[in-house]
Amino acid sequence: MIFDYETLKMLWWLIIGVLLIGFAITDGMDMGVAMLLRLVGKTDSERRTVINTIGPHWDGNQVWFITAGGALFAAWPMVYAAAFSGFYFAMMLVLFALFFRPLGFDYRSKVDSKRWRNNWDWGLLAGSAIPALVFGVAFGNLFLGVPFNIDNLMRVSYQGSFFGLLNPFGLLAGLISITMLVAHAGMWLQLRTASAVAERSGQYGRYSLIAFIVLFAAAGFWVANLTGYQIVSMPDTQSHADPLAKVVTTAQGAWLSNYSDRPWTMTFPILAFAMALSALIFSKLNKPALGLISTSLMLVGVIMTAGVSLFPFIMPSSNNPNISLTIWDAVSSHRTLNVMFVAVSIFVPLILTYTTWCYVKMWRRVTVEEIENNTHGSY
Amino acid sequence: MIDETFVDLSRLQFAVTALFHFLFVPLTIGMTWILVIMESVYVMTGREIYRDMTKFWGKLFGINFAIGVATGLTMEFEFGTNWSYYSHYVGDVFGAPLAIEGLMAFFLESTFVGMFFLGWDRLSKRQHLGATFLMAIGTNMSALWILIANGWMQNPVGAEFNYQTMRMEMTSFAELVFNPVAQVKFIHTVSAGYVAASMFVLGISSWYILKGRDLAFAKRSFSVASGFGLASILCVILLGDESGYEVGEVQKVKLATIEAEWHTEEAPAAFTAFGFPDSEEQVTHAAVKIPYALGLIATRSLDEQVTGINDLEKQHEVRIRNGMIAYKYLMMLRNGEDTPENIATFNTLKDDLGYGLLLKRYTPDVVDATEDQIQKAVKDSFPKVGPMFWSFRIMVACGVAMLGVFILAFYYNAHRVIEQKRWLLWAAVLSIPLPWIAIEFGWIVAEYGRQPWAISEILPTFLATSSLTINDILISLTGFIVFYTGLAIVEGWLMIRFVKQGPSSLHTGKYHFELPNKAEQTEGEQS
Repeated sequence: MIFDYETLKMLWWLIIGVLLIGFAITDGMDMGVAMLLRLVGKTDSERRTVINTIGPHWDGNQVWFITAGGALFAAWPMVYAAAFSGFYFAMMLVLFALFFRPLGFDYRSKVDSKRWRNNWDWGLLAGSAIPALVFGVAFGNLFLGVPFNIDNLMRVSYQGSFFGLLNPFGLLAGLISITMLVAHAGMWLQLRTASAVAERSGQYGRYSLIAFIVLFAAAGFWVANLTGYQIVSMPDTQSHADPLAKVVTTAQGAWLSNYSDRPWTMTFPILAFAMALSALIFSKLNKPALGLISTSLMLVGVIMTAGVSLFPFIMPSSNNPNISLTIWDAVSSHRTLNVMFVAVSIFVPLILTYTTWCYVKMWRRVTVEEIENNTHGSY
Repeated sequence: MIDETFVDLSRLQFAVTALFHFLFVPLTIGMTWILVIMESVYVMTGREIYRDMTKFWGKLFGINFAIGVATGLTMEFEFGTNWSYYSHYVGDVFGAPLAIEGLMAFFLESTFVGMFFLGWDRLSKRQHLGATFLMAIGTNMSALWILIANGWMQNPVGAEFNYQTMRMEMTSFAELVFNPVAQVKFIHTVSAGYVAASMFVLGISSWYILKGRDLAFAKRSFSVASGFGLASILCVILLGDESGYEVGEVQKVKLATIEAEWHTEEAPAAFTAFGFPDSEEQVTHAAVKIPYALGLIATRSLDEQVTGINDLEKQHEVRIRNGMIAYKYLMMLRNGEDTPENIATFNTLKDDLGYGLLLKRYTPDVVDATEDQIQKAVKDSFPKVGPMFWSFRIMVACGVAMLGVFILAFYYNAHRVIEQKRWLLWAAVLSIPLPWIAIEFGWIVAEYGRQPWAISEILPTFLATSSLTINDILISLTGFIVFYTGLAIVEGWLMIRFVKQGPSSLHTGKYHFELPNKAEQTEGEQS
C-alpha cells in the first residue's frame, strides 16, 4: 500500500472532486452549448457551427461523467447505493434526458429536414438542461440532508419523494448549476465560433455570469442559516468503514464551520466569485480565451466550495444524522482505494494528454462558410 | 418478507435494458476492427475506394454507436438505482473494474471516435489510422473490463466477506483480473462481436452484389467480411468450447442445466444434442445423444465425471445447513458478540453464508427455517432447465449455420466466383439476424444460468435489490419500453435509409445513385 487508510480516504475525496470538476469543465460545457444552441444559432448553418465546435469532443467529454459514476461506485459504494436508489425518479429523469444527447449530436445532421433537425435541437436542449438542473438540485439537497436510513445489515432505504427534492434551496442550487454551465459554454462559443454567433454567445455568457454571481451569493447567505451537520464522536479514521458507528449533531450555520476552522478554505468561494468577474471582463474585452480559463477556474471554485462546506460529510441523513455518510465511513476497503488510486494516477494524466492532442488538432473557429462547404463531413 | 413480484420486475427491467444495450455493443466491437482493416489497406495502397469503404461502413457504425452509448448509460445507473444492496455488498470489488473501464478504455474509445468521424481533413493519413486503431483498442479493452466485472459475478475470486463492513472486500486485484472465467468470456464475447460485424458487412455487401450496384465497392467489402468473419466464427466456436470447460470447473450448475443432466452419468458423459427436458419427471424425452462429447468438452478427459443435478442438490443442501449456522454467527458478530471464538467459527463457515441467505426468501431470520423451507431453497438453487437447455441449443445452431455461410463465402470469394452464387448471396442477406439471435441467447445462458445468484454462491438475486416499490419499477420499466421502442424505430429507420443509399451517401460523385445513367433510380434523399 502506498498510503495509509486515512490518507487514501482524504485523497479519494479529492479525486472525486477532480472527476466532478473534469465533468463540469468538459461535459458540463457541452450541456451549456446545447442549452445555448437555439439562442445563439438562428439559422441551421449557424446551429451546425455551434454543434461542430464540440462535435469531435462531446463523446470523450461525456466519459468524465461516466467515470465519475464508476469511481463513486468503486470508492464510495454506499454513497452510490444510497444516492442512486434514493433519488430514483430524479436519476431516471436524468437518464432518459441523457439518451437524447448521443443521438442528437450524431443523428441531427444526417437527415436534411427542418422538422427532424428542430426536434433534435429540442432533444439536445432537454438532454442537457434536465441533467444540469437535477445534478444541481441533488447537490442542494445534500445540504438539507436526505431522508434515508440504513439497517444493521447495511440495507439503505429512502423515505423521501421525488417532489420533496424540488424545494426552494434545491431549486436555487439547480439554477446555479445551469447558469454556471451556460456561462462557461458562452465563453467557449465566443472563442470557437465567428461573427454573429460568437457575439451572441459572449452576450448570453455574460448574462449568465451575472445571474450566477447573484444566485451563488444568495446561496451563501442561505447556507449560513441552514441547519448543518457536525460529527460529535466517531471511530478512528484509520478503522474499517462503518457508517453506523458515529454520533452526529445538527446546528444552524454548521456548514460554514470549516471556513472558520481553516480560513484558507475561503479561497474556494473567493475563487468562484473572482473568476466569474474576470470572465465577465475578459468576455466584454473580447478576450474569450481568458474568459474560458476564468470560467473553468470558477467551476473549480464552485465545486470545491460545495465539497469543503459539506466536508467530511457526503450525504447527511435527515432521518437519522448518526448514519450520515462521510468520507471516513462510506468508503471502500483500504486495498480497493489503493488499487484505484494507482489506476487514477496512471490514467488521468494519460487521458489529459491525448484529450489535449485532440483539442489541439481540431482547434479553429468554426464558421458558417466551413459548414456550408462541407455539408456531409460534419455534424 | 421478499416480494417476489417486485424482484421479478426488477430483474425484468435489468434484462430488458441489458438485452437491448447488447443489440448494439457487438456490432461496435467488431466494426472497429473492420474499419481498421479497411483503413490500413487505404493507407498502405493509397486506393481511395478503401477510404470510401472506411467512411461508409463508418457511417453505419456511427448510427449504431450513438445508441450503444446512450443505452450503456442505463447499465451504469441501474446498479445503483435498482440493485443498491448489490452495490453496497460487492461495490468494493465489482466497482473497481467498472471504474477502470472508464479510465482506461471508454475514455480512449470515446475520445478517438470523435477524431474518427470528424478528423479526416485535420489529421494526416497515418494519424487518422492511428485514431481509428486507438478507438478499436479502447472498445475492445472496454469489453475486457466489463467482462472482468461480469466474470467475477460468475466466479467470485480474490474477495472475502467482512462482517464488520457487512460486504465482500477485495483480497487480490490480480486474482480478480486474471479470473479464468473472465478471460474466457472476454475472448468468446469479443469474437462474437467480430462475427456480428462481419455478418452485417457480408449481408449488406451481398445485397449490393445481388442488386448489381457498386460492385467494386461491395466485393471488396465482402472479401474483408468473409475473411474476418471466418476467423472470428472459428474463434467463437472453439473458444465457446473453452467456455464450456470453464463452466464445468466453476459452475457445475450451469453445465448440468444446459445439458439437462438430471443424474450424474458414468464418465465420459454423452452430450444431449436434442430432446425435451421434463423438470417434473427429471428426464429428457426423445433425447439424441452424442457419446463422450460432454465429458470431453467439460472435463477434457474420458474419466472425470460431469456432476448431475441430483448430486448437486445434495451438495447444496449441506451448504444451506452450514449457511444457517454461518448466519447465526454473523448475527452474533453484528450484535457485539464478536469474541475471538465466534469470529473463528464464523470464518470456517462463511463460504456457505450465501447459501444460508437463500432461506431469506422464506424466513427473514434464516436460522429458524423448517425442513420444508430448506428443501424449497435447495430446489431454488438451480435455474430452470428448460430455458437453459433451449437457449444454449439455439445459440449453437445459429453458430453452426453461420460457420457454413462464412466457409462458403470465403471459399467462393477466394475463387472469385461469388457473383454467380446468388443462392449464397441470399443466404448471407438472410443470415444477418443470426449473430444477434445467438448473442442474445448466449447472454441468457450466461446470466439466467447464474440464477438464483446475483454473485455466484454469495448473494442471492432477490436480496440484491433496492428498497423501492412495485409502482416505482412499473413506472421506470414503462419508461424504458417506450423510450427504447422509440430509439429502435429511429435507429432502424436511419440505418435502412443509409444502407439503401449505399456509398452514394458519401457524396463523392463516384457511386451508383450519383452516376448520370442511374439518376432516374435515385430513391435515397440527401444526407
